[in-house]
Amino acid sequence: MKYRMAGALLSLLGLLLATYLYLYKIGKIGTLACGTGSCETVQLSPYSRFLGLEVAMIGICGYGLLLILGLLGLQASPGRRSWVGRLLLVGSGLGLVFTCYLTYLELFLIEAICRWCVASAVIITLIFVASLLDWRASDSNRGPRAPA
Amino acid sequence: MATSPTGLKRFYLLLGGVAVAGLAVLAFLVVRPASVSIPVDVKVQPSDTAGFRGYVLGSASAPVEVSEYADYQCPSCLHFEEIQFPDVRDRLIQTGRVRWRYRDFPLAQHKFSRVAAHSAACADEQGKFWEQHRAIYVGQPDWSFKRDAAGIFRDYAKQNGLDLGRYDACMQSARYAGRIQASLEEGMKAGVQATPTFLVGGRLYSGVQTYDALKAIIDSLAPPAGR
Repeated sequence: MKYRMAGALLSLLGLLLATYLYLYKIGKIGTLACGTGSCETVQLSPYSRFLGLEVAMIGICGYGLLLILGLLGLQASPGRRSWVGRLLLVGSGLGLVFTCYLTYLELFLIEAICRWCVASAVIITLIFVASLLDWRASDSNRGPRAPA
Repeated sequence: MATSPTGLKRFYLLLGGVAVAGLAVLAFLVVRPASVSIPVDVKVQPSDTAGFRGYVLGSASAPVEVSEYADYQCPSCLHFEEIQFPDVRDRLIQTGRVRWRYRDFPLAQHKFSRVAAHSAACADEQGKFWEQHRAIYVGQPDWSFKRDAAGIFRDYAKQNGLDLGRYDACMQSARYAGRIQASLEEGMKAGVQATPTFLVGGRLYSGVQTYDALKAIIDSLAPPAGR
């Protein structure tokens, strides 16, 4: 359960971060607090959209779903928890793959690094690790299956 | 590993606390009267342009029209504005030979281009477009590498005698974002790929044009009187 709690908390942080970036993109927040990074270069590049959708909006949906799944996992009956655990693993895995793609875009095509994107990459990686550990823990708790 | 109900309750309290704190920060960032951001991904509505085709300088009866597609943060555009344009204005526009049309063409790599274009548009509401336009260009080295240029543009607005209340309301509303985007899209449709680009007599001339080069083009289209 502690891994699932960690995953839910991280998903909430990711959701807030993605919302911040989306609010910037739609012009509701003046400038990004970015220090010496190149957040605006990344956020204003053509790659800030994916299949016609704002990447920040995809982040909001993704982290939102992971948060809902994490909370469901905390409430679900033991029988259903393993299903939620698998969904969390698959969802965070997909998020991690998408983040790798975005990081590739930043490094090799946009040639700028946005520290908020790096923060998001760290968050999704940690969610994936937490989901993996949760899945392994729940798998070992079930023990060897009885022979048929 | 099971978690006690007390542990779960503590966790929910923590989660709720983080959510409330995060939302409070976001709400503060949205409502604070802070710097301005002009959205990039606006969908142009017919009302955005409403017949607006750029900022015009010169006589309506001038025989030649020049459309300049430019970006306030582009160094070459600054070069043209500072070195060539004064001669163009004094010797071609004010003499009635040329009507000048300034079109916004904000490039994606310039983070303040749209804010600058919007600042000039807001000055236009108060009849001070060309004053603000000039101040933004001349001041380009001062704001181009700043973290936030909107405050500097506001200073220019103040120096140009604009009503700052109206200016601030205009900038916060981002009401000209669609018009700026429309100008960019029209330029792209016409074949503009870089700034500055000049559209004269149906032809595009890319890059900084000297006064002499522009005069030669204009002479070929409308020979000066007495020739």
